[in-house]
Amino acid sequence: MRRAALTLALALPLLTGIAQAQQQQAPQSPETQQAVPQSAQPAQQQSQENGAGPPAGAPEVQNATPESQSAGQNQQRQVPQTTDTSAPTGTPAAPQPEAAPTPVAPVTAPPPEGTRGPTAEERELEAALKGERIQGRISIPNQSAGVLVQPEGRDWRVFHNRTLPWVAGTAVVGTVVLLALFFLIRGRVRVREGFSGRTMLRFTFFERAVHWMTASSFIVLALSGLNLTFGRDVLRPVIGPEAFTTLSHWGKTAHNFLAFPFTLGILLLFIMWVGGNLPTRGDVTWLMQGGGMIGHTNPKADRFNAGQKGIFWITVLGGAAVAVSGYLLVFPFTVLDVNGQQWAHMVHGIISAVMMAAILAHIYIGTLGMEGAFSAMGSGQVDYNWAREHHELWVDQELAKAHDTVRPGSGGPAPRPAGAD
Amino acid sequence: MARMKFLCDSDRCIECNACVTACKNEHEVPWGINRRRVITLNDGKPGERSISMACMHCTDAPCQAVCPVNCFYTTADAIVLHDKDLCIGCGYCFYACPFGAPQYPRVGNFGGRGKMDKCTYCAGGPQADNTEAEYAQYGANRIAEGKLPLCAEMCSTKALLAGDGDIIASIYKERVQVRGYGAGAWGWRTAYRETVGV
Repeated sequence: MRRAALTLALALPLLTGIAQAQQQQAPQSPETQQAVPQSAQPAQQQSQENGAGPPAGAPEVQNATPESQSAGQNQQRQVPQTTDTSAPTGTPAAPQPEAAPTPVAPVTAPPPEGTRGPTAEERELEAALKGERIQGRISIPNQSAGVLVQPEGRDWRVFHNRTLPWVAGTAVVGTVVLLALFFLIRGRVRVREGFSGRTMLRFTFFERAVHWMTASSFIVLALSGLNLTFGRDVLRPVIGPEAFTTLSHWGKTAHNFLAFPFTLGILLLFIMWVGGNLPTRGDVTWLMQGGGMIGHTNPKADRFNAGQKGIFWITVLGGAAVAVSGYLLVFPFTVLDVNGQQWAHMVHGIISAVMMAAILAHIYIGTLGMEGAFSAMGSGQVDYNWAREHHELWVDQELAKAHDTVRPGSGGPAPRPAGAD
Repeated sequence: MARMKFLCDSDRCIECNACVTACKNEHEVPWGINRRRVITLNDGKPGERSISMACMHCTDAPCQAVCPVNCFYTTADAIVLHDKDLCIGCGYCFYACPFGAPQYPRVGNFGGRGKMDKCTYCAGGPQADNTEAEYAQYGANRIAEGKLPLCAEMCSTKALLAGDGDIIASIYKERVQVRGYGAGAWGWRTAYRETVGV
């Protein structure tokens, strides 16, 4: 308040005589500069009481105000020490001649205009270049509102408007194009021996239920996520702003709620299948032979081949990352500040795009790309010949188990052709 | 048309928070929503200064750029407004905004955000001017009545200036020339990619 009153009091008389003031000030040495306000301060107050105001262009006009408020107060407090100690502060004292400054400890002169500290423009430019925030104290409960300028938003905007559409668009469209090309070149992977007509259980009901819970929630999550990134350019012009908002609103609601079954699914998938998805030496061989997709060999594989292990780990690790970043986003500012939220969004977006690409390939090979594969997750039963071609080691194990059940103690794995029992 | 801007003369702001109060009262802004706030830099240290900050109605507004439902629009006076009927409360505008202007009522599930609320430059929203529907969603529309934003109108030290950018910049420049110093216009470089250039 003191500063404001001072500012107001000085604002009007300031309107003239700047050049005059500068002329007076310019040739002065620092000592004389500091001496002037000391003596002139009381004079100014007196003249204000008289209603006359300081003379236009008077030195105190230049010297009393330009300091930051605390420095200005210091100077005023020091007046009695440095001038006439018998005169109380605020009492008009006789103006002392400029030429005879009292030889006392120098009071810091008000810094010249150039060294007054950075201006708003300089401070903003500096913060923008360094990527740091300008923040201060705020008197409302929301302390995070104390950030005056956060430059990270610029980077996030570039990510959201350029990087993410490119990454996600390339991942999704690129994968679809590659799969289409692969389908045209390689065609559908057939069961070479033909269906045997005999099936064996590959996935239990519980496993299938968990798979489809995760899968269905992932599809809705992916579509609503893609809508948030591409919808305004792709869908909004087609269906109109109101319909698009309704759709996006429900998409957002579904996205928030389906996060929970998805996370539960990821957790259960991990518990159920982690045992079969630990990397083994056979995976290298499988990968070297292109998993039997390129060429026409059928490398031996366990219950899960290296490709399936890949999709498992992408799902589990990616799903965990997406879930964590997603929960941070859905409980905004509970854990993170705005910069953390931006990072959570970036991690969420990029990993989601990678997962979408992987899952597209997974969907392809589980349905169109391979004969006899879908029933594993459909009925849970797979054809014996399919199983032997793609998961020979697993079939052997299953058969050994079955033999052991029928004739306990009959010994180790005795792979026999289908129909031999 | 005018290019409306805010300019806070931090050499005059005394952190009285009357702009905040006036805004809340004029628009009946709910609890927890602060369309305007006063931030004090270097509190208690040399060089302390307070700045009243709200939506700066940026040129090429970041909120508008990232909104996934395109609910923002810029008026002929360059005021950045948004349509609450289209907003889905995703929070992206807050991530992009350099000034922390977008506010969200906490409604619904989790930390769920309702439809975004921010400074309208006292210009209401897309509904017909000064209707009840407009008032309920966006508050008063003083611009339609030929008045400037209330926060600046009632500022006791006239630290906060609102109006056409050229006019308020010239007022500020005149002040700086007369008093011999000025910290510059906070947020202008970020919001308008220009400075007052005293």
